[in-house]
Amino acid sequence: MDGSGPGITSDVGSPALPFAPTGSATAGGSIPAVELIGITKVFPGVIANDHINLAVMPGEVLCLLGENGAGKSTLMSILSGLYRPDEGHIRVAGKDVVIDSPRRGRDLGVGMVYQHLSLIPTLTVLENLMLGTNPGLVLKEKLARVHLEELAKTLGVAVDADAQTGSLSLGQQQHIEIIKALWKGSKVLILDEPTSMLTPQGIAELQSVLVQLKASGLAIIFITHKLHEAVAIGDRIAILRQGKVVGEIGPDVVHSLSPSQLQQRIVATMFGDEAASVADVAELRSDLGRKQATHTFSEAPLLELMDVSAPGVRGQYGISNLSLAVRGGEILGIAGVDGNGQRALAEVIAGQRKASAGEIRLAGSVINHLAVSARQRLGLRYVTDDRLGEGVVRPFAVSMNLVLKRIGDAPFWRRGAIDRTAINATARELIMQFDIRTPTEGTRIGKLSGGNIQKALLARELSFEPKVVVFNKPTHGLDVRTIAMVRERIREMAARGVATIVISTDLDELIDLSDRVAVLFEGQIAGVVENGPGAETRIGELIVGAQAA
Amino acid sequence: MTAPAKPADAVRDASPGRAGAIADGVVRSVGPIVLAFLFCGLLLLLLGRDPLAFYGNIVTAGVLRPSGLQDSITRMAPVLLIAAGLVIVFRANLWNLGTDGQFLFAAAMVAGLGPIVLAVVPGPIGWLFLMAVAMAVGAMWTVIPALLKARYGINEIITTMMMTFIGVGVANLLVKGPFKGTTMVPQTAVVPKALMLTDIPGTSIHIGVFVALAVVVIVHLALTRTSFGTRLDVLGANPRAAVHLGIDVQRLTVTAFALSGALIGLAAAVDILGIFGYMRADWNPAYGLKVVPIVFLARLNALAIVPFAIFFSIVSIGGEYAARQASLPSDFILYVVGLILIFMVITQYLSDKRARGERILPRRAAKAAADV
Repeated sequence: MDGSGPGITSDVGSPALPFAPTGSATAGGSIPAVELIGITKVFPGVIANDHINLAVMPGEVLCLLGENGAGKSTLMSILSGLYRPDEGHIRVAGKDVVIDSPRRGRDLGVGMVYQHLSLIPTLTVLENLMLGTNPGLVLKEKLARVHLEELAKTLGVAVDADAQTGSLSLGQQQHIEIIKALWKGSKVLILDEPTSMLTPQGIAELQSVLVQLKASGLAIIFITHKLHEAVAIGDRIAILRQGKVVGEIGPDVVHSLSPSQLQQRIVATMFGDEAASVADVAELRSDLGRKQATHTFSEAPLLELMDVSAPGVRGQYGISNLSLAVRGGEILGIAGVDGNGQRALAEVIAGQRKASAGEIRLAGSVINHLAVSARQRLGLRYVTDDRLGEGVVRPFAVSMNLVLKRIGDAPFWRRGAIDRTAINATARELIMQFDIRTPTEGTRIGKLSGGNIQKALLARELSFEPKVVVFNKPTHGLDVRTIAMVRERIREMAARGVATIVISTDLDELIDLSDRVAVLFEGQIAGVVENGPGAETRIGELIVGAQAA
Repeated sequence: MTAPAKPADAVRDASPGRAGAIADGVVRSVGPIVLAFLFCGLLLLLLGRDPLAFYGNIVTAGVLRPSGLQDSITRMAPVLLIAAGLVIVFRANLWNLGTDGQFLFAAAMVAGLGPIVLAVVPGPIGWLFLMAVAMAVGAMWTVIPALLKARYGINEIITTMMMTFIGVGVANLLVKGPFKGTTMVPQTAVVPKALMLTDIPGTSIHIGVFVALAVVVIVHLALTRTSFGTRLDVLGANPRAAVHLGIDVQRLTVTAFALSGALIGLAAAVDILGIFGYMRADWNPAYGLKVVPIVFLARLNALAIVPFAIFFSIVSIGGEYAARQASLPSDFILYVVGLILIFMVITQYLSDKRARGERILPRRAAKAAADV
């Protein structure tokens, strides 16, 4: 297995990499590009990082794997200068350094790409790059242009310097983020969950970019909670759990195991005794099982859209003349590349966006004129994908967030006056029922991890007798166990006769859950595919815009 | 449970209990005032005045003299009402910065109609009628910016400020035109003292003060205990969540603005009917800019407005006297108010920093302090 480099091709659907790593040779004898020694960071009530030791060599990808709340992001915030560690120190290229601000971090050659893009959409690519990096007062545009070209070449991508940033795809915007992180000659590049908002194609592109960068001698820290990504691109894999490094797999081992062996090894390290309980999660399997229809659907559709149109916002597609129907007990998957009208579809159903034409029917009656709250009361629920942006009110307590869709309704408000006892009682019940991990029901919801926030949203939407539920990217950015739990809830709901729509950009997920999959392309349904053998291929064709047969 | 949506509060959740939170609130609120007084003291020293005498005079004239104390208390009434009006919108992260226009337009209406109305229906009914008129005028003057904001997303900061220019102009036109009294000076006719809001026997404190205090309590309850208050807090903390949660944001925006304007109008009615009895042309107490800091010092808590309003009244009543005694322009007291605002921002910053567990002092200073 040595030398040739084991096939790094993953059998969970990641594309083959055009670059075979050179095994243990990479690390041989050189000084780590960056070294974290005994890093500890305590927040009130939590030890986010507990004496963490990590090192990454030049030309190496360190995958930091861990569930939400394991301390990955805190650690990287310390490395990039956003937080100061309580204990421990950092070495860059063998020298002790104090990184007390992101600027200092950049000057030391630590570049960071955050999970959420930080570019200004109305500026051009070049303007975004010069922002904050331009020396002096006068914009040195020509220099910047040349520099951009060089970096684009290093990444192996083509970049239009004058394109308006907001008009680029998320994948392209991420390339710009990477270029920005490398702008001042970084030696270490940190990517925080970089694939969480990309399409499968974007992920493939990112992977080839990383291979290019690795070859140029950059040290890369890749934070992820997706196992197959770690397997596909990591040279060294560190597993974080509850603030501690619970396992580290060095390049020798990584490159000597087959992907499936490596995967098993990571699962065993991550979950220990619980490994068996997560074995069935799609993210951890290499052969995707297909949903077995075990229940029957209602005859009449519970939700119907007839020739519905709605405008798009901020350059995204709206929907035009879209028709679909979901029966009780059925799960309809909506596939498609992000930005093809998914949000418009979800919001039109939920009532957040007005339909400009067409008819929406809930259990047979037209609901076009009804506002969000009226639809909610009729049992139409929407689990938004923008959990922090619109799903929760972060400074509010968990309990309050759980009843926010019922403001003013009994038993939580009686004749206008709030009844906190009733709210807290219901909240405690939902917290138990949905296994929301929170210190108390009075904790501000913004303090919970992404997975627990999603559980809270599910609790809010799936309680009080739902009839139709729209899930928008329900497992996006969650850890495996929460993913398993969310999918189980979706199946449970359907089994109880709820008409379910699952919008997702993750094809594996749709195949795993749906009875039928409709593909959204440029705001219209490009085709509907019954889930069955060969469905993936057909859906894949429709996703990229092939005409329905 | 749903404290006002302050990012600063969100940071310290693990901090123990209510007592700690209140202590922290006191430090954050009183700290800036103390710092402003210290700084102003230095300024007075530089100007060759005795700061202790200056502050002593503020206390003497604002509190210790019976007439000063009564003046301070009556001065509170409009401040309390305006602050209550502003809290409502500020909690929803909506900015009514058009207080002066709303106030003066309403004041002109009350001063103009007052003598006529009260001559026909004196007493409570006449007062209530005039208050209702003032509230309607105040509300009307906010509804235009509110609708523009709600329907078209037009920035209400600009529109409310522009409406102030118009409102002040209209008020002056009214006072110089249709409402002009029989005197040579451009001012309205005067409401006879006997027809103005009744004083508490033996004092010069009119009953409007109690109206104002009652309104503050009602506003506090409405904001903290009702679904209306929750909706405002949601809108303030996350307007997109408000849409997602099915709150009728347009209606809520207009309602909040209208209430805000109505209370500011009420403040005008109380001021005219309680203290002045008439309105001169070009009269403008410019409450708007003075009350905004009070609302923030109270951290958008309606009840917490009361102590700050008392303090503000004492400083302005006592300050006028103290400035005169020190032969400084009476505007000097505005420096104090401005400084309080600046120190408030600094205190907030330091306190947030502390809540994040960072050093307040720069590293070297902290080390030096630790070595001592």
